[in-house]
Amino acid sequence: MKRKKKNQEIIIEDISNTAPDLVSGEPVGFETSEKSERISTNTAPDLVSGDDNIVIDMKHIIKRYFIGQPNELEVLHGVDMQVRRGEFVAIVGQSGSGKSTLMNVIGALDRPTEGEYTLDGVDMFNAKDKDLSAIRCKKIGFVFQTYNLVARTSALKNVELPMLYAGLSGRARSRKAKELLEMVDMTERMHHQPDELSGGQKQRVAIARAMANDPAIILADEPTGALDSHTGRLIMDIFHRLHEEQGKTIILITHSPELASECTRILTLKDGLFIDEKKGSGRNAVL
Amino acid sequence: MLFFENLLLAFSSLLTNKMRSLLTMLGIIIGIGSVIAIVTVGNALTNSITSEMSDMGANNIVIGVQQRETEDEVDESGKRYGGKINARDMTDNDLIKKEYIEELLAAFPEEIKGISIESVLGTAKVEKGRNYANVRITGVTPGYFMANNIKMQYGNELSDKAYMEGKSVCLVSDHFVNNMYDGDSSKAIGRDIEIEMSGGRKYFVFTIVGVYKYESQGFDMTATKDVTTPVYIPIKNAIKKNHAKGFPSITIITAKGVDSDDFAFRVKNFMNRYYHNNRQYTISTFSLAQMVESMTTMLGTVSTAISIVAAISLVVGGIGVMNIMLVSISERTREIGTRKALGATNGSIRTQFIMEAIVLCLVGGILGILVGLAGGAAGAKALGYEASPTASSIIAALIFSMVVGVFFGYYPANKAAKMNPIDALRYE
Ligand SMILES: Nc1ncnc2c1ncn2[C@@H]1O[C@H](COP(=O)(O)OP(=O)(O)OP(=O)(O)O)[C@@H](O)[C@H]1O
Ligand SMILES: [Mg+2]
Repeated sequence: MKRKKKNQEIIIEDISNTAPDLVSGEPVGFETSEKSERISTNTAPDLVSGDDNIVIDMKHIIKRYFIGQPNELEVLHGVDMQVRRGEFVAIVGQSGSGKSTLMNVIGALDRPTEGEYTLDGVDMFNAKDKDLSAIRCKKIGFVFQTYNLVARTSALKNVELPMLYAGLSGRARSRKAKELLEMVDMTERMHHQPDELSGGQKQRVAIARAMANDPAIILADEPTGALDSHTGRLIMDIFHRLHEEQGKTIILITHSPELASECTRILTLKDGLFIDEKKGSGRNAVL
Repeated sequence: MLFFENLLLAFSSLLTNKMRSLLTMLGIIIGIGSVIAIVTVGNALTNSITSEMSDMGANNIVIGVQQRETEDEVDESGKRYGGKINARDMTDNDLIKKEYIEELLAAFPEEIKGISIESVLGTAKVEKGRNYANVRITGVTPGYFMANNIKMQYGNELSDKAYMEGKSVCLVSDHFVNNMYDGDSSKAIGRDIEIEMSGGRKYFVFTIVGVYKYESQGFDMTATKDVTTPVYIPIKNAIKKNHAKGFPSITIITAKGVDSDDFAFRVKNFMNRYYHNNRQYTISTFSLAQMVESMTTMLGTVSTAISIVAAISLVVGGIGVMNIMLVSISERTREIGTRKALGATNGSIRTQFIMEAIVLCLVGGILGILVGLAGGAAGAKALGYEASPTASSIIAALIFSMVVGVFFGYYPANKAAKMNPIDALRYE
């Protein structure tokens, strides 16, 4: 496996980390060997390398915080992950297992400390800040647990934002934004500001906004986490529709086993490593 | 296109915190306002001086008796006089005498076109029934009207004969006619006015022959009706009554083509022959050109001082803007994170916040211009001039406030631009 090496210190750690990997083809984990045997995610997707259909291709992603300080913390220990076009992947795991950290790396909001990552054919590790901005703008749609709508800005203008940064004309932005709000059934409220909307309504606007530049992938970090189960259901149905009707690739972090089971694939993260991969049932048993 | 969006954004965030924005802009408002005000007043002053100069012609030279600066004098009792503080009072011997003037006129027949002298008899209140008018009886020479640009409105000027013989005739102001004859000048002509000087011991009668137009002299707080206006009589008549031995100052009107600065110097030397032995007083001359020059210099000094104050308040204002931008950015950290997650580049974030700082400063600048124009107009009016703001100063103020915005907005905006998106999103 090829690695990017940042400095001497890391190389030394690398060698000790990767040695067993080279032998067994399995990543180093804290888990017992019994559990490690169940990991298939890290080896199986290698078979499809080079496949055009792979949107996300991560190899041995390591994320450390406080590098070089006494409290240095490694959150991701070498995650491998492949996602194919049109998949609806659920990432589950205990709180603090590193789900959000991984999601932020996938979404180019954060850079991995080490590892290889290709998103839709773009080498992300060596991308410049400007390139990452463009990728976030055009290839990724974010949906956050806390909505993160821009305050004092109408739903319509919020949905227009990514298109604004993509350089679309005012008319094109407005037309597309109205379409998207129609899709999430928010047409009536499009001129309302975030503080005039309910949580569920805000999240629907956020989803419309995530779809604005027709991204290759939608990343949703606990989108239903702050909502009651009924509203959560509504939001989840929108994701299903995007997946089924528009063939969107979606990665969803959730603490709800029920919602996770509706996805096409369920990955379980524990202490910075995938420990399990299951096929989901799919809402309508699509896959 | 992004420019327009940023502009809207900047205005909306300015309006969200109206009070805060206003307080932040205060420094800019004061800075720009004071510059505009001073420019407006200064310009009004310059304009009016220039027009005054062309009115009278820049060829008046004032000849005045002035204390000597250095010489000391000891009188019989051994008391010391000298410097400016301990000056001996001016006596009849120190005044410019009639003979001096005659010799001066004889010495420079070509250069001197006219001579303006006034000799005040006193002030009085003229009463007739319920009507009254405050007057100052002033003896003048024919040249007085030219030197002071006084225009006749009705009737005749004082005749040569009246001047020669020192007749008891007079000119009154239109203001006087308004007060005494309901504004009907024809009623005034030929009337005698009886004047009882303060103290009541002196009683004079003058016949009105003409009405002149009174121009108020700048700053006058007196109620219009009570304004004291001059009643002009031939100087010879005045001297008969007040027995003046001379004059503290006279004005000569030079002929066309005479260099008044140079001529003022020659006149000064000529006149000082009479003051050779006078240890306390001497003659000084002043041409209007010199007056304008010293006025302009003074104005320049005031402008410089105010400009420094303005610059300081602009810098303080700019720092206020920077401070409030830093606050605003830290309040909106999550928004910045969100925008970055949605694809905003560092550059577009930077532009957004610089724009906000510029709008803040520009709105402050515009308010400052309005305040300055209002203040300048009020100031000019108080001084009795027409306010005349200049377009160039307004444009300069706008540009300057934009520059302040860019300069003090750059650091906060750059700080926002460089935020790591994930740190910004996680910020609480
Ligand atoms: N910016 C950071 N600096 C330091 N440590 C961090 C940072 N971000 C995350 N961590 C640490 O990384 C670990 C994983 O955090 P992460 O947010 O990825 O967990 P999670 O799986 O999303 O949990 P949850 O389900 O509660 O959202 C935590 O121990 C957290 O303290
Ligand atoms: Mg999380």
